[in-house]
Amino acid sequence: MRRVKSDHKQRVSLIVNGKSYSGFAQPRMLLTDFLRHELNLYGTHVGCEHGVCGACTIIIEGVATRSCLRYAVQCEGLEIMTVEGLAKSDGSLNRLQQAFNDNGALQCGFCTAGILMSATKFLQENSAPSEDEVRDMLSGHICRCTGYTQIVRAIVQACEQ
Amino acid sequence: MKPVAFEYCCPDSLEEALQLLVEFGEDGALISGGMSLGAMLNMRLVRPAALIDINRLEELARIEIKADEVTTGALVRQAIAMQSDKLASTVPLLMRALPYVGHYQTRSCGTLGGSVAHADPSAEIPLSIVTLGGSVTLRSMRGQREVAASDFFHGLLTTDRKADEIITALTWPTSVAQTGYSFKEISQRHGDFAIAAVAAKVTVSNDEKIKDLSLGLGGIEDRPFVVDTSSFLGKLANTETANAIASAVAETVSPMVDLQANADYRRQLVRVLGAGALVDAMVDATRQRGTA
Repeated sequence: MRRVKSDHKQRVSLIVNGKSYSGFAQPRMLLTDFLRHELNLYGTHVGCEHGVCGACTIIIEGVATRSCLRYAVQCEGLEIMTVEGLAKSDGSLNRLQQAFNDNGALQCGFCTAGILMSATKFLQENSAPSEDEVRDMLSGHICRCTGYTQIVRAIVQACEQ
Repeated sequence: MKPVAFEYCCPDSLEEALQLLVEFGEDGALISGGMSLGAMLNMRLVRPAALIDINRLEELARIEIKADEVTTGALVRQAIAMQSDKLASTVPLLMRALPYVGHYQTRSCGTLGGSVAHADPSAEIPLSIVTLGGSVTLRSMRGQREVAASDFFHGLLTTDRKADEIITALTWPTSVAQTGYSFKEISQRHGDFAIAAVAAKVTVSNDEKIKDLSLGLGGIEDRPFVVDTSSFLGKLANTETANAIASAVAETVSPMVDLQANADYRRQLVRVLGAGALVDAMVDATRQRGTA
């Protein structure tokens, strides 16, 4: 059984976007903070820190997850995908990102990283969702700029292509 | 919005988890999906000395279908349950309730057992298991016990679970013939906490009469509960009876008051949602009979 004392900084090793990373975390360190401050991966945004806004959503072991409701020590050895893992190897946008760009599906962009990760997982499970299904999935995210219309349009367009 | 410092323990077996519960007692907090507990930790509403992470206890993630009941391990994720064909045919009420539980991104992690352990008065899974007359299985170093769901919820975030116990499974009575189900709720936004939630199970006889009935309410009082509707057994299963039941029930409840709704509004929701759920369940029951 793995046990980490409350004041101990434990080495945590995990795989992010196919690359091995490791850093140090006390048990109470949120995975969001670990990604940003220990691994310097700033793509994952921190919003409400209680699982409501969806900005910090990432994919852990193939599951769309709020990274603010996970502690880094829980993720030893796990495989994680963040928004940094979406673009193609030459740095160009993938189909979903391009659709967001084409449809003006972001303004300030704070919520975008989380929505992209949710949508990525969602489209893997359902390659031809209805607009209602897209809206239901999006209910787990809060965007204060767009009014969601363009986001829905972008996701629908990404799966039509 | 950072939790207090706590020790992290990740048991590899149920036995180890039970030993940790003895070691930490009230100061140990079990975490599975963490969709409710994580938020409470981050807001420091709970300040445990140790977090006991049961996510690696695969033995608690099984779904077992038996002749007249279904057992879901405490660690079965809400999203996994939603996709289970076996559960869809055996526990239809749960399947109607699950889409209301949080969001796509929280159901993926949140567990059936976690929701029951958390005992939010408006939560859908506790309401479903109470309405169906299911039970909760608890384990500790002292042994195992089963508690009727109706006795398990004591009040707001308070249950019958003792500090050294863990919920290992939930047991759901399997759907019976000529029985229909419905789940309805109102919240400010789909996936938010229900202002009022209603679960209905109605058995309709061949002569269109109500043979059996269970109407559960959530978000109304400090725990989910089944209302007494025994005086309506044998009445015709129609809209008129549904309205009469819901109106009678609305007079008997003592709704809580919070920023979302006052007592009158909640009572009105019991009337409207209750009647709607009863009619839906009656129609569903008649449909079951048609295909039988």
